[in-house]
Amino acid sequence: MSEPNAGRRPILFRGGGFAPTPRRAVPWIVFAVLIGLWQAASSSGLLPPLFMPSPAAIVRALYELWLDGTLMEHVTASLKRIVPGWIIGTAAGLAVGLAMGIFSSARAAGLPIVSALFPIPKIALLPVLILWLGIGEPSKVATIALGVFFPTVISAYSACDSVPRNLIRMAQSFGLPARDIVAKIVLPGAMPGILAGFRISASVALLLVVAAEMIGAQHGIGAFVLTAGNLMQTDQLLAGVVVLSILGLLISWGLGLVERSALRWR
Amino acid sequence: MPLHIEKVSHSYGAVEALKDIDLDIADGETVALIGPSGCGKSTLLGIIGGLLQPVAGQVSLSGPPPADSLNPFTYIFQDFALLPWRSVAANVALALEHRRLGAAECRERVAAALALTGLSEFAAAYPKQLSGGMRQRVGIARALVVRPAVLLLDEPLSALDAQTRELLMEDLLAIWAREKSTRVYVTHNLEEAARLADRVVVLSRRPGRIREVLQIDVPVAERIRPEHAALLIDVHRRLWSLIRDEAATAEREILDV
Repeated sequence: MSEPNAGRRPILFRGGGFAPTPRRAVPWIVFAVLIGLWQAASSSGLLPPLFMPSPAAIVRALYELWLDGTLMEHVTASLKRIVPGWIIGTAAGLAVGLAMGIFSSARAAGLPIVSALFPIPKIALLPVLILWLGIGEPSKVATIALGVFFPTVISAYSACDSVPRNLIRMAQSFGLPARDIVAKIVLPGAMPGILAGFRISASVALLLVVAAEMIGAQHGIGAFVLTAGNLMQTDQLLAGVVVLSILGLLISWGLGLVERSALRWR
Repeated sequence: MPLHIEKVSHSYGAVEALKDIDLDIADGETVALIGPSGCGKSTLLGIIGGLLQPVAGQVSLSGPPPADSLNPFTYIFQDFALLPWRSVAANVALALEHRRLGAAECRERVAAALALTGLSEFAAAYPKQLSGGMRQRVGIARALVVRPAVLLLDEPLSALDAQTRELLMEDLLAIWAREKSTRVYVTHNLEEAARLADRVVVLSRRPGRIREVLQIDVPVAERIRPEHAALLIDVHRRLWSLIRDEAATAEREILDV
């Protein structure tokens, strides 16, 4: 051993990678590039404006709709259907879903009915609801409420199932009455699942309001988009679609805020 | 408070978990239940505290439970069973909130339990912010706050690493020197049994029966003294010789419970 370091070789690094790391600029660049390409294709005449208006034309249409007040008129009409429909569907869905999550007999009674009715596309019930409630607002609100009700029931009772049994046993071992176990263990434990369900039901509500307004309404984003399509006003049509996308983003941002404040313990 | 377990048997469906367990536990005694996995030791603990209904037999107390105990049979769980949405203090307070105590007394009791377990400065922390050892200290504080007459410990240190386990064993001994209760301690760790129990009950594998009861005559507080080292080693060796073969068999078993 005359040369102690002889023959030593450093070990090659072979870890790293395969772990998502944030790249803040990338999403913006992708957006900018896609819209830029689209605008370039439109400006060069590659895209016929009647079938695919340019981003600039859509923004212009949006601006005009904003100026003459039609945009807010339609958005307000849609919100007046979504908000009560979602609240009614959610309240009823939570009541039924939590009952099914907590009481075995409620589950036994409710599960077959919910399973049978859940897969029906609720828009198919609009004609019946129009027959019962008339062509006005109640039938549209009821369609949204029905569409929101079933996913809420399912998310509420499966959220109850996901509350760890050991926490309930713990509460029983300290002598908590059943009412307290529901209020202090089951409901807070089910909250993440319930809030996740809100995201689904909110997107269902948005889908159904557009569909219902396309079937029979003077105002509302769905009606506006349909009319614009019939009049071949493609820029206005796509402006309506953009408004829907913004509405969806706002709803999911709002729910994100609620989740963050209600589930701070996570 | 003396505790009597009489002819207790339990089964899960066709699988017999416990068979004819007879055991008397004296007031203030610490009894360890050990045995190979699947011997029904946790089942027996569940039956003692009224969380499981035995198929046959019964568990009874001599005399009424002490008046100052809010929850005579109180568990400490292997997985801590803390509510993640409650702070440390609120987790401990959970055991008191439904007991019609004044708010001031509640606060006082919680503060005392937190002080006893060294958690005072963590009162506002949430469970996910704590290490495993600190979480189990919350579990211990929550159990002490109701002044249990019988403390039921279900593998309380099994989820902890070896060093934390050692620290918590010391803490338990220090707490037990001050708090008087009868204790049933389920574990598969022979050292915990030899260090903490007055009496070790060895259960056989499925269906669990009492195979042997080993009295350890040196008081628990004195066992860490050097002159008792040989005794602890001997207890450990005897316990191991009692369960070794069955543990080996249980290990090879196909699990279909």
